[in-house]
Amino acid sequence: MAQNGKPKVAFFDFASCEGCQLTVVDALQTHLELVEAVEIVQFREAMTEKGEDYQIAFVEGSCTRKQDEERLKKIRAQAAIVVALGACAHTGGVNALKNLQPSLQDVRQYVYGDKWEWYDSYPARPISEVIKVDAFIPGCPIDRFEFLDVVKQVLLGKAPSIPDYPLCVECKLKENVCLFDKGGTCLGPITRAGCGAICPTYGDGCEGCRGLIPHPNENAMKDVLEKAGLTVEQLMSKMTMFNAFEPAQAKTQADV
Amino acid sequence: MTNVNIDVHHVTRVEGHGNIVVDVENGELKKCEWQIVEAPRFFEAMLRGRPYYEASHITSRICGICSVGHATASLRATENALDVEVSEQTQLLRKLLFHGEMIDSHVLHVYMLVAPDFFGAGSVLPLAASHPDVVLRALRIKKLSGDLCAMIAGRHTHPVAMRVGGFTHLPGEKELLAMRERLVAARDDMDETISLLATLPWPQFERETEYVSLQQEDEYAFIDGRIATTDGFVYNLADYRQVTNEFMVPFSTAKHTRHNRQSYMVGALARFNNNYGQLHPRAKAAAEALGMKPLVTNPFLNSGAQAVEMVHCIEDSIRLVDELLDRGLKEEEPYRFEGKGGEGVGSCDVPRGILFHNYVIDDEGLIQGANCIIPTNQNHGNIQADMEALVPQIVDRPQDDIRLTLEMLVRAYDPCISCSTHLLNVEFV
Repeated sequence: MAQNGKPKVAFFDFASCEGCQLTVVDALQTHLELVEAVEIVQFREAMTEKGEDYQIAFVEGSCTRKQDEERLKKIRAQAAIVVALGACAHTGGVNALKNLQPSLQDVRQYVYGDKWEWYDSYPARPISEVIKVDAFIPGCPIDRFEFLDVVKQVLLGKAPSIPDYPLCVECKLKENVCLFDKGGTCLGPITRAGCGAICPTYGDGCEGCRGLIPHPNENAMKDVLEKAGLTVEQLMSKMTMFNAFEPAQAKTQADV
Repeated sequence: MTNVNIDVHHVTRVEGHGNIVVDVENGELKKCEWQIVEAPRFFEAMLRGRPYYEASHITSRICGICSVGHATASLRATENALDVEVSEQTQLLRKLLFHGEMIDSHVLHVYMLVAPDFFGAGSVLPLAASHPDVVLRALRIKKLSGDLCAMIAGRHTHPVAMRVGGFTHLPGEKELLAMRERLVAARDDMDETISLLATLPWPQFERETEYVSLQQEDEYAFIDGRIATTDGFVYNLADYRQVTNEFMVPFSTAKHTRHNRQSYMVGALARFNNNYGQLHPRAKAAAEALGMKPLVTNPFLNSGAQAVEMVHCIEDSIRLVDELLDRGLKEEEPYRFEGKGGEGVGSCDVPRGILFHNYVIDDEGLIQGANCIIPTNQNHGNIQADMEALVPQIVDRPQDDIRLTLEMLVRAYDPCISCSTHLLNVEFV
């Protein structure tokens, strides 16, 4: 705790677009009192000061290099509570799409040509593959109100509760017409709710950015997508956009 | 003789991870490097084999700040590859959405990342107590621009409703009317912003370079057009590689570019220098209040050009809303793929400068190849060249002063390192 009794909080980023930290900044538009409730000691994207005595660490981004593991472990050693912020940290997010390519050497050569060896990279993974994570805020990007809610619960000493029911529940509450009835496709039946079904509400099918519900029936989902007219390539793409990470794959692909 | 060792590891208040390393021995510059140390993410390789309609959703994830810009450039590349015509309604909505992102990004940069340097603060947070009016104004503008994006695409970071050929959702008339009122009311905040910026002591440093941006006949270009440079070159978008000429340097995970000189600059200042004549009269008045008229060669004034563009975008947004209200919005038939692929280039001038996406799509509708060239990559070489010119001019100042000035220089470019991989850190070794 700081001398003023406020918990000290720090933000860190790994391979990501930093959109989740920007969403945190956006939360200040409506909840400026947030900066009264905690003391932010490190937030490289927004401030110069750099304190190392934090209790709560929010980590955005996936781990994609051996050398990043050390920085993650240092954060874990310092923080009493580590929160994975957003899809990249939580599920590996879109970063894990590169794991689906034929080989990581091919991926590196495709982008950096004959200089590929200059650029380290190993299979992208959620931070929970490297360190213990106490809580997660799903989504690409995170939902700012869910972020505020998680902060409140952590400050009250509670384990944050994130919905474990499917998105369809929220979509029905919004009284949206089901996208399958309009000729579209959607991963709502197997995706974790909590975003207010924003994509279906704006006319686009859920892409699964919040990760899957516990015990999802993925085979039934694939059948439904196939009946809706998707080819095998198309439905596998849909299933993997945010959920490409496979622990076994990350272990078998050579760490280069 | 002077010795200076500066090693700024992970420059703050920029998007991504970069370092500044400067080593001066006996007054002689031994080392001066702008290093990009962000973890590469390999988007171009990941797109291969994915359906064409996923490209804009995946590539918007390159950057949380300019995700609308990436999505728009991506859609234009796909539409050019597949010969998709977009309606006038779609073009108007995309422009309005784009303005929302431009204002959002510029207000974040000018107020939250750059302004603290002038108030002797490490971040915007202490300013909330010392200058609440300034901070509340910034948050007000930011909320307006975020709400503008949300009205059209569901949200700003990773827009939902944008798709090949059009939109999956349209704003209602009431929403447009309410937004118009807020845009008009924002003129006061714009006036205050320009007055504030006019009082700031911008570092004095001039170095002319080549300025590169999109250009159009009849408007200040943000989406589509031709590539123009202040050295007198003009290219069609399909020839973008003749401008960018990417190459790699060992101290950076981001690629660099060069054209007619050792480096060139993209972004608000480049657009301002190329397309000043097409700015809205209110934006020109703002530029005059800031003492800016082309050719502006002080890179620190990129933030001034951003403020001028904010004024322009507010005014042009009002015009676009009026036009949409006049026409009325109607649902459009979604695009259907017809089994014929192709290659296409899409380009937008996003907040940090000109951006290119280039895709090859096969007859199954799957992406076979992709290339993205990001504004910040195009600026890395120019940042390096500015640093090399600036350090000898300020080498006799106290080390902390040199460090701050170099950090401010890097920040002026508003680098987006997660875009260009990720970038920023000043190291004096």
